[in-house]
Amino acid sequence: MVPKWLCALILSSLAACDSSPPTAPAGFAGLGSEAEGFSAVTPGEPLRFPADFAAHPDYRIEWWYVTANLTDEQGKAWGAQWTLFRQAMAPQNEQEAQDGWQSAQVWLGHAGLTHADGHQHADRLARGGIGQAGVRVEPFQAWIDDWSLEGDADGQLSPLQVSAASEGFKYQLSLQAEGPLVLHGERGFSRKSDRGQASWYYSQPFYQVEGEIEWQGEQHKVSGSAWLDREWSSQPLAEDQQGWDWFSLHLHDGNKLMLFRLRSDDGSHFYSGTWITPNGVSEPLDQELITMTPLAQTEVAGRTLPTHWRLQVTGKGLDIEVQALNEQAWMGTGIPYWEGPIKVTGSHTGVGYLEMTGY
Amino acid sequence: MIRHWGWVLHTLLSHWRRHPLQAGCLLVGLWLATALWTGVQALNSQARESYDRAAELFTGSAQTALVDPAGQPFSQQYFITLRRAGWPVSPMLSGTVELVGVEGTRRLQLTGIEPLTLPGEGTIATQAGDQSQLQAFMLAPGLTWIAGDTLSELGLAAGDTPVLASGEQLPPLHVVDTLPPGMLLVDIGQAQRLLEQTEKLTQLVVAAGFAADLPPLPESVSLVWETRGEDDLVRLTDSFHLNLTALGLLAFVVGLFIVHAAANLAMEQRRGLLQTLRACGVSLKTLLAVLLFELLILALLGGSLGVLSGFALAALLVGDLAASLRGLYGAQVAGQLSLDALWWLTGLGMSLLGTLIAGGGSVLAAMRLPVLAWARPQAWREAQGRMIKRQTVLGVLLLLVAGGLIFWGDSLLAGFGLLACLLLGAAWLLPLCLQAILRVAQLRRGGPVRQWFWADSQQQLSGLSVALMALLLALAANIGVGSMTEGFRQTFTGWLDQRLAADIYVRPLDSQQADVIEKWLNHQPQVHAQLPSWQLDTRVGGWPTQLSGVIDHPLYADTWPLLENAPDPWPQLVAGTGTMVSEQLAYRLDLAVGDTLMLDTPAGVWPLNVLGRYADYGNPKGQMLVSAAGLQQRWPDLPLTSIGILTEPAAAPRIASDLRTEFDLGDSRVIDQAALKAYSQQIFEQTFSATAALNTLTLGVAAVALFTSLLGLADSRLSQLAPLWAMGLRPGQLALLSLAQMLVLAALTCALAIPLGLALAWCLVEVVNVQAFGWRLPWHWFPRQWLLLVLLALAAVLLASIGPAWRIMRTGPARLLRSFTHGA
Repeated sequence: MVPKWLCALILSSLAACDSSPPTAPAGFAGLGSEAEGFSAVTPGEPLRFPADFAAHPDYRIEWWYVTANLTDEQGKAWGAQWTLFRQAMAPQNEQEAQDGWQSAQVWLGHAGLTHADGHQHADRLARGGIGQAGVRVEPFQAWIDDWSLEGDADGQLSPLQVSAASEGFKYQLSLQAEGPLVLHGERGFSRKSDRGQASWYYSQPFYQVEGEIEWQGEQHKVSGSAWLDREWSSQPLAEDQQGWDWFSLHLHDGNKLMLFRLRSDDGSHFYSGTWITPNGVSEPLDQELITMTPLAQTEVAGRTLPTHWRLQVTGKGLDIEVQALNEQAWMGTGIPYWEGPIKVTGSHTGVGYLEMTGY
Repeated sequence: MIRHWGWVLHTLLSHWRRHPLQAGCLLVGLWLATALWTGVQALNSQARESYDRAAELFTGSAQTALVDPAGQPFSQQYFITLRRAGWPVSPMLSGTVELVGVEGTRRLQLTGIEPLTLPGEGTIATQAGDQSQLQAFMLAPGLTWIAGDTLSELGLAAGDTPVLASGEQLPPLHVVDTLPPGMLLVDIGQAQRLLEQTEKLTQLVVAAGFAADLPPLPESVSLVWETRGEDDLVRLTDSFHLNLTALGLLAFVVGLFIVHAAANLAMEQRRGLLQTLRACGVSLKTLLAVLLFELLILALLGGSLGVLSGFALAALLVGDLAASLRGLYGAQVAGQLSLDALWWLTGLGMSLLGTLIAGGGSVLAAMRLPVLAWARPQAWREAQGRMIKRQTVLGVLLLLVAGGLIFWGDSLLAGFGLLACLLLGAAWLLPLCLQAILRVAQLRRGGPVRQWFWADSQQQLSGLSVALMALLLALAANIGVGSMTEGFRQTFTGWLDQRLAADIYVRPLDSQQADVIEKWLNHQPQVHAQLPSWQLDTRVGGWPTQLSGVIDHPLYADTWPLLENAPDPWPQLVAGTGTMVSEQLAYRLDLAVGDTLMLDTPAGVWPLNVLGRYADYGNPKGQMLVSAAGLQQRWPDLPLTSIGILTEPAAAPRIASDLRTEFDLGDSRVIDQAALKAYSQQIFEQTFSATAALNTLTLGVAAVALFTSLLGLADSRLSQLAPLWAMGLRPGQLALLSLAQMLVLAALTCALAIPLGLALAWCLVEVVNVQAFGWRLPWHWFPRQWLLLVLLALAAVLLASIGPAWRIMRTGPARLLRSFTHGA
């Protein structure tokens, strides 16, 4: 178990170790604070693969994020999350970041397993530079302690093996991509505010999953779909942005949808999204096309969060309600947030994942 | 009512105004008793607080870690391998660094930690709450966490970046008060640089919950579990602190004798006053309350003074204490005193309790006083007879308990119980012994003055017995402790001479350097022989023990001092079938020569015949000598620890200095015999200097007790001496007779104190020492020391008696005459 005092370290100016909501002015988890000395995210430079599968230590924050919607033999729905965060305490080039204990990189792993009546999570912390955690490209491998995300072909993100284990739960999933990588925003340059804040952001939303999960000693064979997010930045949030609500949806008609809104103190939220067709053609969605309406609030871990939403995308004929599979899918980790599987009903049906931060 | 009380109190207190010396004595008694007791307690609590800080640092009190089987640094890769296998381990690297400070070189423990993986149970984990601090700790240039007391001891300030003796510079110092004293805590990466151990670790700390059932390690990780049961440091130093406590308690009791004497005297002298007050209508209850209130005031006054002085005394001694604990046990104790409110309150409480015990008796006696009482001639004789009888019964009972404890007691506490019973029992038997001796003396024919001299001396006993008991106790304690210390000193010095047979000792940095040094020594013509040895710290039967591997060399058989051995033991030892064990290990594990010890090793059980037992004074851990070949066979990676070098005596200093320059070794790695002996003896002296200081103070306290008693008696003496004056003896003669009486009583007490002191020394050497340290000392006699102490005691008595005798001599006829009218 990671000591409580460390919980805030990863994102340095956060004051949210306890159960009270974060009140840091510089955006959720300090992501809106100044990033002096780190590289800035600017449009123009295209993403290069497989190089951009790897870590970018000249940027402050980065993550490898897998969410999977699964069904077991009895038809019961599950959700699995596997995340590796990287945070640089100081700007470093690639070589310095690998230099033993001199590395300023801190790695943080989060894992969660959810079904309608239960949710478990765990976290791991590690220093970079010594081999306890990191990301390698050929073959692709992202790991922290005994949790890993591993590919077996050089320079490819498919197939992938995802595994994590902690007290009370574990999973081992095989991911096979059935479509191309998707770049969000302008060829991967994803705006986060009207004032220039942005991140590099791409996804692999087309994974088919087979695997095994274990819940308190009980094993289940599962299958389903998964979504990988890759994002890095130095200052992804504007100072007044407190958090975000982010959706990744696998619609049953084969389309995929990513939507998020960044909530400002003054209520002028920033909306963004990507519509992905079954053959992998992506289309950025303009702010004014997106409507996100919370329908019901739930008390979770002493806070009130919207776990039932109405989502509309003009021009795509999308008017859906999404509902949490388990409203209590709270990640009570160092930086606490809500992350869990959702069900989609309405004009379209499907499954997906919802992440809510800064409540 | 309050007014009424006020008047009674005022009347009673007027006595002290007229007898300021008496008041002074009472306060001095309380002051000394409290000061010595609280001083010792301060030292103990200081040490305990330091141990606690060390024990709680990482994972609370019980610590389980993974270490190299040979106790060597190991590759950092094991940490990664275990983490990748899901083990909650955290890397740590510890070593010793030398910091050249204002008061010479100070050795400090430097520990490197990795804060992100450190199990969250210890102090450090909670300490690191401040995240920006933590980031500063991990990021270059890092921080050196250090306890505030250690920082000021070193004469450094926060933010300093001192340079170590090795030339490496410490990260900026930052005060963290929960750190144990003498420790520098840095990030693991910094520690690897400072200790020159790149990518090396000395242990992996394991989260307590995971370590509970000691899961088996993966094959590729050649580490072993090490469980540090309950805190070793506390266990090892326990006996040391118990000794200090006992000494403090003794001083406290002796101090209370003074209080007792002064309080009794004051009550005796205020007998008339009390009767008058009662006759004036003051109720018994009021009187009791006011008397107790008076005691309370005195206790608070004397107690406060005592606690303050106790603090000063402890501050004076804490440096020595810290040094000796460091030398003896490697225990780090802060050299700067810091005490909490509880300590001050406990000190005052002790003083209050002591005053009640010492003065309460006289208050109760005053309560039983009839309102109108007439002096009854010969009454004292009955009273004294009763008192002596009571004390004798108690004394005999205590001595019986002491005898029982010798046979059945088997703990250190029982050892101290034995000491207490012996001392108190003997003290209570003192009046009986003195009375018997004086009666015998009276039987001898002689003139009337001589008859009177012996008879009157008996009468004096009741007034002086308490002071004489104090003298007996102080003197006996001095003789006993002195004999033990002196005996230890002689034994220790002789033993060091034998044990340190080689002229130079070298500790190479690693195996490669050891090889090079051995080759270099082979080319030195003045070097006669090299005695390499391999050491391994492990546990045998749960007791921390050092295995020492020695080679086949006749020097061992010639010089190694054995207490007991099987015939021709060394060839068997060298053959790997036997072992020699240190006295304390033999005692702890109940091993006798001829027994077989089954030693657990990584290569299976190693059966070893116990071939001999040797003294290993001052070492709280156990030690075993085994064959070097056998040791290396079972622990193949064990590097050579040290090389003893035999040289031409004249060449030793040159070879030592050549070794230092040739191999760039520090003073602590190349040490010649003389320096090593000096170091050992210095530790010894430091250990006993606190004891010696307390002991001398106890004797001083006894002299004050005697002085107080005599002072009080001098007044009442007049009525007893007046008839002799009337019969024609001059005041000068009377004064001389009084002086002679005092000296006779004191001399008799001293004579009795010597056997008691020897009995005490026996108990210390044969019972307490064996229980506390596991070694027995050869018996030594020190008649010159006893004589010196007796002379010192007599001089103190003489000094105390001269004043009262002088007053008798200067008494005019008018006062003597008046005593006939008052007397009765």
